Amino acid sequence: MGMEGIGARVARKEDKRFITGAGRYTDDMVVPGMKHAAFVRSPHAHADITGIDVAAARRMPGVIGVLTGRELKTDGIGNLICGWMIHSKDGTPMKMGAWSPLAVDRVRYVGDAVAIVVADTKAQARDAAEAVEVSYAERPAVTQALDALKPGAPQLHPEAEGNLIFDWEIGDSKAADAAIAKAAHVTKVHIVNNRLVPNAMEPRAALGVYDKAEDHYTCWTTSQNPHVARLVMSAFYNVAPENKLRVIAPDVGGGFGSKIYIYPEEIVCLWASKKTGVPVKWVADRTESFLTDAHGRDHVSEVQMAFDADNRMIGLKVDTVANLGAYMSLFSSCVPTYLYATLLSGQYAIPAIHCNVRTVYTNTAPVDAYRGAGRPEATYLLERTVETAARELGVSPADLRRKNFVTQFPYQTPVIMNYDAGDYAASLDAAMKAADYAGFPARKAAAKAKGKLRGIGMSCYIEACGIAPSAAVGSLGAGVGLWESAEVRVNAVGTIEVLTGSHSHGQGHETTFAQLVAGRLGVPIDSVSIIHGDTDKVQMGMGTYGSRSGAVGMSAIAKALDKVEAKARKIAAHLMEADEADVVVENGALKVAGTDKSVPWFQVALAAYTAHNLPAGMEPGLKETSFYDPSNFTFPAGCYICEVEIDPDTGLTHILQFVAADDFGNIINPMIVEGQVHGGIAQGVGQALLEGAIYNEDGQLLTASYMDYTMPRADDLPSFVVSTSNTPCPGNPLGIKGCGEAGAIGSPPAVMNAITDAIGDNGLTMPATPQKVWAAIRSAAKH
Amino acid sequence: MYATNYHRPKSLAEAAELARSADAKYLSGGMTLIPAMKTRLAAPSDVIDLTHIAELKGVTVSGRSVTIGAATTHFDVANNAELKRVCPAICHLAAHIGDPHVRHRGTIGGSISNNDPAADYPSAMLALDAIIVTDRREIAAQDFFTGLFETALEDGEIVKAVRFDAPEKAGYAKFPNPASRYAMTGVFVARGGDGVKVAVTGAGDNGVFRATDIEAALARGFDPAALQGVTIPADGMMSDLHASSEYRANLVVVMAKRAVAAALA
Repeated sequence: MGMEGIGARVARKEDKRFITGAGRYTDDMVVPGMKHAAFVRSPHAHADITGIDVAAARRMPGVIGVLTGRELKTDGIGNLICGWMIHSKDGTPMKMGAWSPLAVDRVRYVGDAVAIVVADTKAQARDAAEAVEVSYAERPAVTQALDALKPGAPQLHPEAEGNLIFDWEIGDSKAADAAIAKAAHVTKVHIVNNRLVPNAMEPRAALGVYDKAEDHYTCWTTSQNPHVARLVMSAFYNVAPENKLRVIAPDVGGGFGSKIYIYPEEIVCLWASKKTGVPVKWVADRTESFLTDAHGRDHVSEVQMAFDADNRMIGLKVDTVANLGAYMSLFSSCVPTYLYATLLSGQYAIPAIHCNVRTVYTNTAPVDAYRGAGRPEATYLLERTVETAARELGVSPADLRRKNFVTQFPYQTPVIMNYDAGDYAASLDAAMKAADYAGFPARKAAAKAKGKLRGIGMSCYIEACGIAPSAAVGSLGAGVGLWESAEVRVNAVGTIEVLTGSHSHGQGHETTFAQLVAGRLGVPIDSVSIIHGDTDKVQMGMGTYGSRSGAVGMSAIAKALDKVEAKARKIAAHLMEADEADVVVENGALKVAGTDKSVPWFQVALAAYTAHNLPAGMEPGLKETSFYDPSNFTFPAGCYICEVEIDPDTGLTHILQFVAADDFGNIINPMIVEGQVHGGIAQGVGQALLEGAIYNEDGQLLTASYMDYTMPRADDLPSFVVSTSNTPCPGNPLGIKGCGEAGAIGSPPAVMNAITDAIGDNGLTMPATPQKVWAAIRSAAKH
Repeated sequence: MYATNYHRPKSLAEAAELARSADAKYLSGGMTLIPAMKTRLAAPSDVIDLTHIAELKGVTVSGRSVTIGAATTHFDVANNAELKRVCPAICHLAAHIGDPHVRHRGTIGGSISNNDPAADYPSAMLALDAIIVTDRREIAAQDFFTGLFETALEDGEIVKAVRFDAPEKAGYAKFPNPASRYAMTGVFVARGGDGVKVAVTGAGDNGVFRATDIEAALARGFDPAALQGVTIPADGMMSDLHASSEYRANLVVVMAKRAVAAALA
C-alpha cells in the first residue's frame, strides 16, 4: 500500500493519450501499399442468392479485387463457429447452422456480408461495392423468437428444425413444480428483456496483411482477446496456422462484449490480402456497426415464484426463449444458459429452482454477450419478480428480500453456483441509508402535491465474474480454458514490463496493473509498463470480458511477481550475505529485516543481468511467467436504489437519485471502480429507459442510427451516489471480485421497479419511453 | 459520400448562377444535407454554400419589426440582445435546437427551406405570421410551408431573410424525440394585435400546422387553464416508433399549455 499502490486513486496513465487524440487505433494503422475494403451486404433479411455479377464492379476506378463467398469456399476458409457446446435436455448437441464469412447461397439478416471489394481508396471501394449486382430471391423473414418457434415459421437453417438451436434445462423441475403446488402464494410474471446494440465508440475494424516472403499474416483488429482470435482463426477458419498468424489489438475504443467475437470481416480481410497481394483495411461505418455488431439480450420469459405462508421463497420456475439471431456467434450459446440460469438464485436461498431455455434462430443480427451477458437477464427477471411479489403480498420489498437473503457461506445454490462469500444485508442497509429510503413517503407526497408521480425501486443483484475454473467450464461445454497468463520482465536497470493476456479497451489496466507492481515492489508507477494486445509480444492470453481481468489477469501477475520476488530475494540475500528468509522487499529496496542492510531494487536487477555475482547455480535474468487458473467464479453483489419522478402529462421519467452499494471485494483503484460503476449504470439506465433494437416484420432494423436508437446522454442521468463494501474474495490471491459489469446488471430492475412503483404495474416493458409510460398511466386510469 | 463540387459564392447572383448546374444543392449549415450525403442518400453534383454571402447574415430589429438574415446561425439568433428584448421566445427556440455544434452551423434559412416536419423554426414562422423574403419575391409563412420537406420555393430560389412583427407575448415549448432530440412535438404560441396564433411542429403528418382549436380556446383566455379539457384529434398526427398519433395529439395540448405559460412568465 502506498501513494501509487493498491487502493490509491491514481490518475489513469493511459488517459493523456486518449484525451489528446494520441491513441493508436486499428484505423490509425498505415502499412506500405495498404488498400481499402468495402463489403457488399444483404439489404434483405432473408433471401436466396441467385447470382452475383462482379464484372461491372471490377471495371470501376481504383478497384483491385472483388471477391465472393464461392472463392472463399474454394480456398478452404472455414465457417464461423460457436465455441461453447450446449446439449439439449434430450442429449442431442446444439444445432449449429453454417455461417460462411461471405454468404454463398443464402443471406439471413440485413447486413449479412456477400462480397468484398478492395480498391485504392475507401470511396472507390464503396462505389464499386454498389456496382456489384447480387440477384436475390426473397424469402419470408421472422424476427421475433416466439414467432420463429411457431409451426409454419420461415426456416433459417436446415440443421435446426423449427429454428430451435437447443432446448436446455437446469435445476430440478419436479422439485420446483412441487414447491409451486404447495405454495401459499405464487407470483407469475411475464418478462421481456429488450434487445440492445452495443455501440462501442470505436467501430469495428480490421487490417489484414499477408507477407508472401514469410507466408505470414498480420491482423490488426478491434479485439478484446487477440490470442483467442488467433486461435480460432487458425484452428477453425483455416486462415493460417498460429505460428504464421500475428494478431494485434492496439488501442480499442470500447468493447462491452461486442469485440470478443471473431467476425467475418477480419477473416475476409486476411484472406483478401493474400488473394489481392495488398494489405487490406476495413473500418465499419456506424450503420454497419448497428447492423452487424453482435447485439445483446433479447429474452422472453415466463416466471413463477412460490412462497410459503411465512413469505419465504420455496421455489422458482422459469421458461425462457432467447433470440440468437441469424447465426450462432462465438459464445452465444453460453450466455442464455451458464451465464444466465446459474444466477437465478440471486441473493436468495431458494431450495428448488428450474429453468428451461430454448434458443432460436431469427432473421436478425447475431446475439451474444453484451456487458453483463446473461447476468443482467437473470437479475432483471428475478428482481422484477421479487418486487412484484412484495406488492402482491403487501409487504415491504426490502423486508421480503432481507428475509430470503443467503446468510451462510459457502452457499450451494440448486443451479451449480457455490457462493463463496458475501454480506447482502450490509449492501441493502448501506443503499437504504444513502437513499434516505425512510424519507421516501414524504417526498412522494410532496411530488404528488405538484402533480408528479414519484416512485422508488430497488434491485439486489449478484453476479459471477472471472468465469472459471478451466476444468469446470470445459465440463460444461466451453471450447477454451479460462485462465490468464502474465510475464513480469524486470529490465537490467530495474524498470519493469508486465506482459498480460488481458486486454484493455477502456478499463484502465495500464494503471491498475502497474499499481499492483508498484505497490508490491515499492517502485515508482512510471517505471512499470503494461504490454498487452499483441500475440507476438505477449506469451498467451484469454483476453478481457466477464469482469475477469482483475480477478484472473491480475492474479496471474501477482503469481509471476511472487516468483520474481523470490528470485530477487535470493540474489539480495547473496549480495548482502544474509539469510534469504530475513530479506524483505520494502520501498524499492531489498532489506535485511531488523538491520540497516539494504540493496536498492535496481541493483538487484542489474546483478541478475550482469551475472557477475549470483548464487551458485542460479540462471541469470529476472523474468518470470505465470499461468493462473482460478478455483471458482467470484461473486460481486450489491444493492441499487433508484428514485424517479414521472410527469403524468408526457410520461417522461426523470431519475432523481440513483444509489449503488456494491461489494467488489478488494479494490485496486477506487476512482476507476467508480468510473466502471458509473458507466455500467448509464448503460443499465439506457436499457431501462432509452435503448432498444427494433426490427420491422420484414427484418429491417428500424433503429439503425442515432436518430432512432436512443443512447443515454449526460442529461438523462443524475449524479450517482456510489459506495462499496469490501468482503474479500477468498478465491484469488488479491481478494478481487470484479466491477466491470455490475452497474449494467443491477440497474435496469431498480429503474423499472421505481417506475412501476410510481404508476402501477401495467405490463410496462423496457425501454420505458415517455410514450409507453404515458400509455401505461392512461390504461391504469381507465381500469 | 459521393464526390461533389463545393462552391462558396460571395453574392446572391453568383449563387443563383452556380445553381443552374444539373444537380446543384444550396447548403446553408448542412445540418440535414451533409448527413444525407454522408450516408449516400443525397448526391448533389454541386454544393453551393450560402453562408458566406454577407447580405444573408445578421438580425435587425427596428421598433417591433424583426428581420433575420437567412444565413444567421441559431446561436446568433439565440444570443441577439435586441431580439431577446422584443421576442425572447424565438431566442429560446433557437437556443434549444440540436446541440452547440448544430447551433453554430445551422441557419434559419436552411431550416425553413428544408422544412423538416420535426424542425423547430417552421412553427415560429407560422405563428408569427412571418414573411419569407427570397431573391425573387415575398411569401407569407402560411403559403411557404406546403408539406413534408416541401416549400413554395421554386428551383434555384434563395431565401434571403425572414421578417415579422414581434408579438406582445410568445412562447415555445417542445418535447424532444428521445433519440434525435428533434421536436417530437413543438408548439409556438403568439398573441398579437390580430389575436392568438398557435403553430405545431413535429406532430402533423403533413408537417407544420396551425392548431385552430387551441387558438380559439386561447382567444377566450390567454392562459394555460383555458386549455383544460381541450383535446385535439389523433387523425392527422404522425405515428412512428417513438410516438403514436394519440400520444402526439396529447403532447400538442400539453406543449401548448407550457408554451402559454412560458409566454406569460
